[in-house]
Amino acid sequence: MEFIEQVLNGLGQGSIFALVALGYSMVYGIVQLINFAHGDIIMVGGYTAFVTFITFGMPLWLAVIISILVCAAVGLIIERVAYHRLIVHNAARISLLITALGVSIFLQNLFMLIFGAEPKHISTLFPMETIKLGNTELSSNTILNIVVSVIMMIGLQLLVNKTKIGKAMQASSEDAGAAKLMGINTNQVVAFTFMVGSALAAVGAILYCNTYSQIKPTMGNFLGLKAFVAAVLGGIGSIPGAMLGGYIIGIADSLTKAYVSSTLNDAVVFGILILMLSVKPTGIMGGDRREKV
Amino acid sequence: MRRRKLFSIVAAAALLVGIAAGCKKEDDSDTIKIGGLAPLTGDVSQYGIAVNNAVKMAVKEINDNGGILGKQIEYICLDEKGDPDEAVKAYRKLVENEKIVALLGDVTSKPTEAVAQKAKLDNMPMITASGTAESITLVGENVFRACFIDPYQGQLMASYASKKLGAKTAAILYDTSDTYSTGIADAFEDAAKDLGMTITDKEGYTEGNTDFSSQLTKIRASNPDVLMLPVYYSDVALIAVQAKNQGITSKLLGADGWDGVLNQIAESDADAIANAYFCSQYSASSDDPDLQAFLSEYKETYNLEANMFAVLGYDTMYILANAIEKAGSTDSDAIINALKETNYDGLTGTTTFDENRNPVRQAVITSFDGYSYKVVENYSMD
Repeated sequence: MEFIEQVLNGLGQGSIFALVALGYSMVYGIVQLINFAHGDIIMVGGYTAFVTFITFGMPLWLAVIISILVCAAVGLIIERVAYHRLIVHNAARISLLITALGVSIFLQNLFMLIFGAEPKHISTLFPMETIKLGNTELSSNTILNIVVSVIMMIGLQLLVNKTKIGKAMQASSEDAGAAKLMGINTNQVVAFTFMVGSALAAVGAILYCNTYSQIKPTMGNFLGLKAFVAAVLGGIGSIPGAMLGGYIIGIADSLTKAYVSSTLNDAVVFGILILMLSVKPTGIMGGDRREKV
Repeated sequence: MRRRKLFSIVAAAALLVGIAAGCKKEDDSDTIKIGGLAPLTGDVSQYGIAVNNAVKMAVKEINDNGGILGKQIEYICLDEKGDPDEAVKAYRKLVENEKIVALLGDVTSKPTEAVAQKAKLDNMPMITASGTAESITLVGENVFRACFIDPYQGQLMASYASKKLGAKTAAILYDTSDTYSTGIADAFEDAAKDLGMTITDKEGYTEGNTDFSSQLTKIRASNPDVLMLPVYYSDVALIAVQAKNQGITSKLLGADGWDGVLNQIAESDADAIANAYFCSQYSASSDDPDLQAFLSEYKETYNLEANMFAVLGYDTMYILANAIEKAGSTDSDAIINALKETNYDGLTGTTTFDENRNPVRQAVITSFDGYSYKVVENYSMD
């Protein structure tokens, strides 16, 4: 029984990794950029929820919507201000990567200046009773995380496969040059991708706040790194892959803590990354792209 | 060619002047310079700011009453961000640029120990208000502390759990990357076993992790009477809320790192720590007039509630100032000898030092009543 609980614990935190990993994956799919500032978007979402829900006492639904909108806007602004010119002028990928790191450091320090380095507490957003199944007790947060992440992935799949902008995203991902020749406004597609990825990060941020009830300016570092591992593991560029990667990383993390050593979890998670890169660099569900990360 | 030669002569001359200036004795200064080290920014800044604020209050009072040795105290505090490397750099600055005669600091254990290693080489009289790792004062004869050591708090809480709470089984969840946490956890484990308790789980985690659900699921399965959390307040808040969400009903135990936890926990989550006990070194609800005067003046000056770190910082400055006064000079050995003979009656009670320069004093057991702290009793192991 405990084993099942530990798997669910892993799925619970893996869901948050998965939502962040989706953002990494989508952006990489379109512009081949590993957006290291993406983890910090979660932090922006967390602080937005904190300000709206705690400081201004807004109703929860409004706080959630505002967090999603703010994150989408921040994602768009980052793309326009920091990356756009580099993407348009086809700059070297290393320049984009370094810019992403710069944006990440900028965001963290900006929030440290505004809110201070001290962690802020945020009350449990969705207070729910512990769920009892026989002699198993499940944190309801875990279930909520899993359900929300699955809904988000299905929504994203529908968006990408069934809508016009989604098909434009697929086309741009396949061959940006050809897509442009076919009349697709790739600039718009890139901007849209950043917004959707950031909005998903906001959902992740809400779940994070609900699960851990504490936010700080550097919270995106570790979370972002683990989500990045999840994206690479699942096959960067692939939506179901990012989800799968997130769940696997979460479960590996949880089971290591439970059955191997509670302090070896990070070693195992990053060990999986190294193993995956040496065996199948494109990830579990990654296509056969010839470019290398 | 000529120009270059001229340049090197000028440069060499400038260098010599610089060295000469650096060697200048500053014995005749009209202030007594005491250095301070504290994390004023960063993760543990709440502690550093509290100590620094209170020390400044004590310095002002001492100076208003005529200072020490007929001179005013000049207290120079540098921010080390809770980082051992930054702390050592800041210490060098205090010694080389400011020519301090004694050091009050650091605040948390890791940087304090790093600085103690350097202070030993300088024979610098050093007293930390709140660095609790046992090894700190073992570095050298010049290093003192005003707070309890980590093992002492672990033993004390094991004894309290067994004798007062009637606990038979205990689990421990601690931060393996922090000496404060491991020091208390190990001492608690040993003492609890000696008292006939069973340790059902000893789970660790490393810095930066925020998900404790796996460890807590394991702990819940063995359902211990008490769960010892020898970690700092922000992690306490994270763990306590997750434990509540998992349905853990064990009594939570902690040490003085818990002080300030109410600032990190939402009122709606306060039931997560309703059944918790931690040891600390003073009680805000005591009727000691000096303590009450300090607490209200602190609140007035800084618009913040004084916590244990503030109280310890205040006492520490007085202990140090009294020692310098008694030493009769700013000579390092004289100050160190005077510190050893300390018998100071302050806000935390009467402090004397044992042979390892650790304080000998009673502890206060604190619990929670709704969303506020509640003193349970004074407790000492024997």
